[in-house]
Amino acid sequence: MGLALGFADPVFDSQSAFRAAMWALARPGRLEPLAVTLDPPAPLSPEAAALLLALCDFETPVWLDASAAAVPEVARFLRFHTGARIVAEPGAARFVLITDPARMADFAEFAQGTPDYPDISATLVVQVERFSASGLVLEGPGVPGVRGFGAQPLPADFIARMVANRAGFPLGVDLLLAGAGHVAGLPRSVMVREG
Amino acid sequence: MTTATLGGMPAITYNFAYLDEQTKRMIRRAILKAIAVPGYQVPFAAREMPMPYGWGTGGVQVTAAVLGPDDVLKVIDQGADDTTNAVAIRGFFEKTAGVATTTATTEATVIQTRHRIPETPLRDDQILVYQVPIPEPLRFLEPRETETRQMHALEEYGLMHVKLYEDIARHGHIATTYAYPVEVAGRYVMDPSPIPKFDNPKMDDCPALQLFGAGREKRIYAIPPHTRVRSLDFEDHPFEVQRFAQPCALCAARGVYLDEVILDDRGGRMFVCSDTDYCESRQAAGHRGEMAPPDAALPQPVSPRGEDATRVSDDASSDLSASARGRPAGAGAGAGTGAGTGAGGTEAGHD
Ligand SMILES: [Zn+2]
Repeated sequence: MGLALGFADPVFDSQSAFRAAMWALARPGRLEPLAVTLDPPAPLSPEAAALLLALCDFETPVWLDASAAAVPEVARFLRFHTGARIVAEPGAARFVLITDPARMADFAEFAQGTPDYPDISATLVVQVERFSASGLVLEGPGVPGVRGFGAQPLPADFIARMVANRAGFPLGVDLLLAGAGHVAGLPRSVMVREG
Repeated sequence: MTTATLGGMPAITYNFAYLDEQTKRMIRRAILKAIAVPGYQVPFAAREMPMPYGWGTGGVQVTAAVLGPDDVLKVIDQGADDTTNAVAIRGFFEKTAGVATTTATTEATVIQTRHRIPETPLRDDQILVYQVPIPEPLRFLEPRETETRQMHALEEYGLMHVKLYEDIARHGHIATTYAYPVEVAGRYVMDPSPIPKFDNPKMDDCPALQLFGAGREKRIYAIPPHTRVRSLDFEDHPFEVQRFAQPCALCAARGVYLDEVILDDRGGRMFVCSDTDYCESRQAAGHRGEMAPPDAALPQPVSPRGEDATRVSDDASSDLSASARGRPAGAGAGAGTGAGTGAGGTEAGHD
């Protein structure tokens, strides 16, 4: 079986996926369109694959959740197209792929950064199936006033996890929720409550 | 790679926007972390650029990393689109990225700036990229990087307040008029780059994304849109911006940042908008200042601010030295004439 193709135009496709991720983190909870051109091995979604191909390389170890790690083609695809190392230790990863978000690992498993270098922390690419404008209320940098946001599936205790993540600021992880042709960001700076 | 054909010569290929893809990815990751931790300085492996540091290599690298083929780029140097520095950077990206460029703030998607924030309010689809000579606001209080990192980590900003308060003790007001420190999102104290403090309020709750690149010191930091940016001050000495006694001599604008322009060697002078696009747009819309040219002279507004004028932006001297911190060489109003905001007669005073 051949390897699924990477970006048709690596320069511009990477730039476009990066810009979507950038605006997503700059405007938490606002949906940014993400071109879906890739056909990666399941369970890796085209949206998550675009973000990882745009942002990962030999400098960014990647950790795969159990359902992604169970399919060797996913690791092969990512290694081939990015040059990134796939690591078994979640704390060693700079990028984390969550293909089964309802069962996502505790954020504490991943790199949080250090007080002197809070940027040395993991970015979680979380595959979701759909977005909505309710369920969560977001506040903080990038949000004028408050913004309603929702995504499914997510773990039942997702709000509590985000509250704990915010409590550790400036340490913490940053989330890129990808799916349905879009990406939405939940950086560590965002305040999340039920709504 | 992108291909350009120049004057019928064989096609020359460049990396799009000059930087190789691995470098762009590294800078892009730094930008994402900078956005996630507003005001925190993310280290990055800055590359040598084909221009000297004083030309804003940090801003250029940030711009190169964000720029896409559909972007419209504007480059300003102390508010002007036509200085050597701005023209060179615009030309660099026209050549290496083939992007459209503009001088109109309203048309731009990416605005790279040295020392000013445009007067025209920015939108939520715009990116403002600042060129930063010295990113560390605590550098002149504590030269050791390990120490300043720790101060940021522990939110130990007392020294900064002491420094500002010493200003008050000595001058009766806070004398810092450029690179006036701000607190971002209630956490990190940040250097806004040598913009006049007049521009500080524009950073607060700004709809645009603000990115800062320091090439020599290899730091990237950011202010997401709609983020609280507070200029440091004291209850009994609240932060105040400079006020100008008179309107722009060309477009009659008030409440904008003015440069002093020397007209002749007999002491003739006038005060005009530092933001040339803003000033020219107002003149085109029919606004006339007391020294505005007659209509017939348009669309070329009388421009004593050309390369031979005294409103000099001295590219080579743009990097700040520690001693010049309060009044950076080459920064802001009439630097070449010695008529900066602090010294100029335009200031109504701080009190
Ligand atoms: Zn004017």
